[in-house]
Amino acid sequence: MVGMSTRHILLGLLATGPSHGYDLKRRHDERFPQARPLAYGQVYTTLQRLVRDGLAEVDGTDSDGGPERTAYRSTDDGARELAKWAGEIAPPAPFVTNEIFAKVVVSILSGGDPEAYLRAQRTAHMARMRELTAVKTAPGTDLATVLSADYALNHLDADLRWMTTTAARLTTLTAEVDAA
Amino acid sequence: MSNTGGGAVPLLAARDLVKAHGRTEALRGASVELRAGEILAVTGASGSGKSTLLHCLSGIVRPDSGSVTYAGERLDRLPERRLSELRRTEFGVVFQFGQLIPELTALDNVALPLLLAGARRQEAQAKAGEWLERFGVRGQEELRPGEMSGGQAQRAALARALVTGPKVVFADEPTGALDSLASEQVMTALTHTARESGTAVLLITHDAQVAAYADRELRLTDGTVTPLEVAA
Repeated sequence: MVGMSTRHILLGLLATGPSHGYDLKRRHDERFPQARPLAYGQVYTTLQRLVRDGLAEVDGTDSDGGPERTAYRSTDDGARELAKWAGEIAPPAPFVTNEIFAKVVVSILSGGDPEAYLRAQRTAHMARMRELTAVKTAPGTDLATVLSADYALNHLDADLRWMTTTAARLTTLTAEVDAA
Repeated sequence: MSNTGGGAVPLLAARDLVKAHGRTEALRGASVELRAGEILAVTGASGSGKSTLLHCLSGIVRPDSGSVTYAGERLDRLPERRLSELRRTEFGVVFQFGQLIPELTALDNVALPLLLAGARRQEAQAKAGEWLERFGVRGQEELRPGEMSGGQAQRAALARALVTGPKVVFADEPTGALDSLASEQVMTALTHTARESGTAVLLITHDAQVAAYADRELRLTDGTVTPLEVAA
């Protein structure tokens, strides 16, 4: 996807100061609690690429009594790249390739039961929205969690609105077919 | 198909409700069950019969046919005096526009149901103050509804609906006139308080994000219920 990239998120986390791969992973997972946790391998590969591209560099190593760890810091080029990315708008693309849309269209074309599918899908969407609402409104929830739950809730809500309108249009469509 | 939330005996149950307004049938055989302490969202498009269902379940109107049972009593057959008593002591109601009394302060609005139930003024006001605080409306006690924001007024209306310790709160589009942040504050306050006090809530809404605060959803389509799910 154009807008979202692990390298920019890691650069963003490095903007606050040098950090080890392990710390970056931990901070990523804390800041983006609803996102998929980063794999260590992915963090190290991305850091190596940032170094290769001159956007980050090794700050030093320490062992702190355990295995040796390498700390990384952002370069000036890295800071410029981050600022450029953070200011770029994301394409306001409608997600018309999504699976729900495809299933409904295929179901209409093939004489299936799109209404039953939409009902079942609504149930699943509502269950997920309840989970997110419970997470978001639990006492002491941090702002990053609230914001990410809000983001997911608004997108699921948009799906639901589309599904509701589509279900209403199926009735109209059936009536048209029956009248013909 | 069953519209119950599980095996427990329901606190409030409606069977095969039919209700017409003139020639328009608002309800065409709707059945619903609400368990003690449960938060149930009733959703559906405009004109699907949501508000009529709430009016029948809360005893505000009588159905043309079908039954409404509350804690073992046939609500649809009760005399008006007993219905008023139930509405005063066991039920709380909140509408889209809180319907606070504009001439009274927030504190007096919330104290009113207690005064009507025979409480002394000082006692009623103290309790009203506690409930306003619970709903995060501190320092607004002396304001009249017109001087409060929509969200604050709606939270005061919730405090008024819950101050008597009702078993059921009926909420008809309680966030319909609010922006999303105010709506979130009202819904969080309502659901947290209801869950703490074990109050059942029948929540009418067309907004899926509001319905997501409930334990389960019941969908009305053209005056009948589409059972979507049962509670986990």
